[in-house]
Amino acid sequence: MMTSTSNIELPAWLEIVVIPIVNIVLALFFAGLILLAIGVNPVEAVGIMINGAIGYQGGLGYTLYYTTNFIFTGLAVAIAFHANLFNIGGEGQAYIGGLGAALVFLSLDKYLPGILLVPVGILAAAFFGAAWAFIPGWLQAYRGSHVVITTIMFNFIASSLMVYLLVNVLIKPGQMSPETRYFEESAWLPQMHEFFGWFGVTITRTPLNLSFVLALICCVLVWVYIWRTRWGYELRTAGFSESAAVYAGIHPKKVVVIAMCISGALAGLVAVNEIMGVHHRLIMNFPAGYGFTGIAVSLMGRNHPVGIIMASLLFGVLYQGGAELAFEIPKITREMVVAIQGLIILFSGALALMLRPWVVRIYLLFKPVREATA
Amino acid sequence: MLDNISTVYAIVDATFRVSTPLILCAMAGLFSERSGIVDISLEGKMLAGAFAAGSVAAVTGSAWLGLLAAIAVSMALALVHGFACITHRGNQVVSGLAINILASGLTVVLGIAWFARGGQTPSLQSDARFMPLELPLSQALSGVPVVGRFYAEVVSGHSILVYVALAIVALTWWIVYRTRYGLRIRAVGENPLAVDTAGLSVSGLRYSAVAICGAFCGIAGAYLSVSQNASFVREMTAGQGYIALAALIFGKWRPVPAMLACLMFGFLDALAIRLQGVKLPHIGEVPVQLIQALPYILTVVLLAGFIGRAIAPRAIGTPFIKER
Repeated sequence: MMTSTSNIELPAWLEIVVIPIVNIVLALFFAGLILLAIGVNPVEAVGIMINGAIGYQGGLGYTLYYTTNFIFTGLAVAIAFHANLFNIGGEGQAYIGGLGAALVFLSLDKYLPGILLVPVGILAAAFFGAAWAFIPGWLQAYRGSHVVITTIMFNFIASSLMVYLLVNVLIKPGQMSPETRYFEESAWLPQMHEFFGWFGVTITRTPLNLSFVLALICCVLVWVYIWRTRWGYELRTAGFSESAAVYAGIHPKKVVVIAMCISGALAGLVAVNEIMGVHHRLIMNFPAGYGFTGIAVSLMGRNHPVGIIMASLLFGVLYQGGAELAFEIPKITREMVVAIQGLIILFSGALALMLRPWVVRIYLLFKPVREATA
Repeated sequence: MLDNISTVYAIVDATFRVSTPLILCAMAGLFSERSGIVDISLEGKMLAGAFAAGSVAAVTGSAWLGLLAAIAVSMALALVHGFACITHRGNQVVSGLAINILASGLTVVLGIAWFARGGQTPSLQSDARFMPLELPLSQALSGVPVVGRFYAEVVSGHSILVYVALAIVALTWWIVYRTRYGLRIRAVGENPLAVDTAGLSVSGLRYSAVAICGAFCGIAGAYLSVSQNASFVREMTAGQGYIALAALIFGKWRPVPAMLACLMFGFLDALAIRLQGVKLPHIGEVPVQLIQALPYILTVVLLAGFIGRAIAPRAIGTPFIKER
């Protein structure tokens, strides 16, 4: 049944728009069943979520703040996917990215002006994230160990390393909780309400900050890189077929390492949003699962920056709406969003092709007129 | 200062307790991966199993019903994995990840909705748990130096699931290396086309392997919530499923070496607890976090081919396409 339909070509709008949307609807349908199972009216829940996420200025700010993280991690996963690599290590790379930014600020924030400090911090976050992804990439390319397993291991190693550093080395002296001191204000990334304030526009104070703009810039850069540069062409070629890449004079090993480094750098930028934009100090576990959500985002967005922005918005709505939902209905917790995320990865990722044969059949029902006569 | 022998015995004893879920999950993963299905969802299945066992044991007051529930729930998730990877040829890593994330979210959502204790299940009375068993003669032999004491303090006094885990290693070895079914499982993970040509069902074999994997993960989960602890706690697996996966790779996908790797990782864990804040001669204080990260570091080093070579089953991760 499946092979008989898998080589039938569908028009792009069915492949790119209809099937992904149907998969998400299916995931949300199962999420609705979970809500029913715990005795919550799904329709009411959706209403609260949407209203909480985009219904007022503050909610929208939080939604876009979460969206920022998901764009970074989604792009990170996507660029690796294009090289046929599965980077599960976004979580660890983001965490180590935070270390990079924090080290810069802890050592330089008393001496440098903000105009220098902020760019250096951003570069440090990207560089440290890239370095943490470089090792699994190099090991895959030159030592043959699989990047999936090594990046999983590197998440745990990063977590242990950061606990050690925060508890023993970087902790602010005379303080109980394992976190660094606050950075000088010159290192803080302006939040949107401050930014708008400069132009005399007042908006509600939320964690949303200028890294949202950085995330959008990254989307453009990634798009240009993948589809409009020679390096992107090499990346996609090596990802599509290693042997074809070799014949085309491309070094697949180099491509693997470069792709992982860019991927890690993008994941590291989560630290810009979290550490420079919101917390203003290095805290334990700040990536809070955003790295894993990036996988769902990338799968949903079909590894394209435009898709990733839309998927990130959806997850932003889910996160912020989920928080409001947990506040309004005590029976529900924020972890409901985690469960929905799992369902979306299942239906948009692992079962992405489940419905295709059915779509093909329905398509053929309506289409055949021309071909039957030909 | 310290009774050295008792310290050693205490650490060995703790090693077995800590290693049990690792061993069960490693054997679970062995079946799945030897049949050609990557399984990074050991963690999620174990977590879901732990939640099922904790809930059912709390409601019914029976540890055995809890164990059954754990096996059922974990097998159900395993079949979802199979459905995605075998029937629909989905990406096996993506599917495994989905199950991990789903389990991590769902156990908390359902736990809070059902029990309203912040994600924990109600504490179990000791008759609703698998309690330590006194093996026969352990009292009588405890006076005998070395051997008797070892028997009484290390061999005896574990919950039944610890012994089950060790028995499962033997069983796994026997099935994989000494039965026709085991040969077929190994073959389907190396060269599914040959198995198909021989007239056997690749899908059927892989589904069966994935189901066994689910059952073992379920036992591991039940061990966590109704034996080692007296309730389910959110995220109580805490990465042990991934450590088991690392041990499986470390043991090069073979039962006995994988078990030894689990014991080694368990030993490191037991040692880490002991060494907290202790200054060793010549070395000084060893950071606990370093010991905790060692299983992962060692696995990375092994995979990089610096200590031996770990070669995965050849057809692992690639869906089988029968036609054409």
